[in-house]
Amino acid sequence: MPQYSDKVMEHFTNPRNIGEISEADGTGEVGNPVCGDMMKFTITVKDNRIEDVKYLTFGCGAAIAVSSMVSEMAKGKTLEEALQITNKQVAEELGGLPGNKMHCSNLGADALHKAIEDYMAKEKAQS
Amino acid sequence: MKKINLDYTAAAPLDSRVVDKMIPYFSEHYGNPSSGHLLGEEPRRALVQAREEVARLVGGDPSGVIFTASASESNNLAIKGLAAAARKKGTHIISSAVEHFSVLNVLKTLGKEGFRVTLLPVDSDGFVSPEALREAITDETILVSIQAANPEIGTIQPLKELVAVAREKGVPFHSDAAAAAGWIPIDVEELGLDLVSLAADQFYGPKGAAALYIRKGIRLRPLIEGGIQERGLRAGTENVPLAVGMGEAAKIARETMKERTVETAALRDKLKEALFEGVPYLHLNGHPEQRLPHNLNVSVQFVEGEALLMRLNMAGILVSSGSSCTSQALKSSHVLNAIGLPPELAQGSLLLTLGPGSKHEDIPYVVEQLKQVAELLRSMSPLYHQYLKEGNRNAPVQ
Ligand code: FES
Repeated sequence: MPQYSDKVMEHFTNPRNIGEISEADGTGEVGNPVCGDMMKFTITVKDNRIEDVKYLTFGCGAAIAVSSMVSEMAKGKTLEEALQITNKQVAEELGGLPGNKMHCSNLGADALHKAIEDYMAKEKAQS
Repeated sequence: MKKINLDYTAAAPLDSRVVDKMIPYFSEHYGNPSSGHLLGEEPRRALVQAREEVARLVGGDPSGVIFTASASESNNLAIKGLAAAARKKGTHIISSAVEHFSVLNVLKTLGKEGFRVTLLPVDSDGFVSPEALREAITDETILVSIQAANPEIGTIQPLKELVAVAREKGVPFHSDAAAAAGWIPIDVEELGLDLVSLAADQFYGPKGAAALYIRKGIRLRPLIEGGIQERGLRAGTENVPLAVGMGEAAKIARETMKERTVETAALRDKLKEALFEGVPYLHLNGHPEQRLPHNLNVSVQFVEGEALLMRLNMAGILVSSGSSCTSQALKSSHVLNAIGLPPELAQGSLLLTLGPGSKHEDIPYVVEQLKQVAELLRSMSPLYHQYLKEGNRNAPVQ
């Protein structure tokens, strides 16, 4: 088991916002080509802000902590702000990740961005 | 806090009789067995005795025992040593897909040096087929190397049949018996083995103490050259306390094997039954019966092994996993791949190994904790949610 920061352990132990929003405005799913794990983010959007965000994760301790952290960071942000969240920021907010676990942080922001893009694409199609 | 070790093959405490036996050889009898004077006498005697005990564990001749520092070293010496000595006879080596990395990586290197390597596949239980071995042997084959039992899924190879095939064709047979020795009878005469790797730490002896058994007449080139210790096959001053520890552990392992393995297998079977009853969607890896008595390997469907391992660790239950996320190389276990386990199941694999502290009383706690941990992780697993939506289509392969 790698040496995880206290923050990672805290999010891993008490992950926030677990689940799947059934009437989601946007859905983003990513698979991890490095180790074969997956993440799925669902969001609802109100007045251009992320109103609610939930995720499902099949992955290691870092991946679970990353998804939990991303969900916290995204909630309440405007779509533009949320799209600015980078994998690096997520890792920093978590107090760093062990070297060979950096790739797990890629999943989180990517899945969130996909969910936002999914929402935007749907909006565009409607207008 | 509770501490339930279910990872005894990673490390087990030394039997106290082994420690007691070793201690005098650190300072009281500190002499060098090669010395011609008084100080060499007792260490020399102890080394002879240790060699006899290790030989007895595998039913072999004491002169065939070469002490090494790890089973990895023994495997290196057996394969590289034989390949170098037999190169003129041929350059083909046969092994299996589920060997330890100290066999597989040696073969990879030899492959780059002009040897041809055939890795036999295994079936879904992890068995190598004697028929496949027969077909693979050519006039160029100089060595067959197949483990006695797999350290991860516990499957015990049909060694007798496999060796018989190689013998028929006159090809020497090496077996990495590190996981098996002390847990199942390994008799070099009965099986016809030419080279056997052993590790003391797998039968409650010290880490850093291991051996290679070499049948008389098998020629190897040494990896470490220098003095003529260990019949010139491994130069360097002998590590008498560790050899003594291995000898004592081998003696105890041999004397207690029958009873200990029956008890351990019974406990393991209880644990297995309780887990399968208490936790839904489990999958057994390895053969149900033909397996090491202290080994259990299950996949917890829909979840990933490192997360499982961490949660169980928080509950004081110590296990290991073949998930890619737990490996430095981020690759899932080559053994689980070789038995054809789907990647999601390999990700959720847990290796549970029993040892001296394992007890019946701990089983309910382990089952309850795994049940809770599996439930929690499944509640956040996209695979589980998908399964609930789509029904049985992805049910575990039972
Ligand atoms: S998700 Fe596989 S290593 Fe993190």
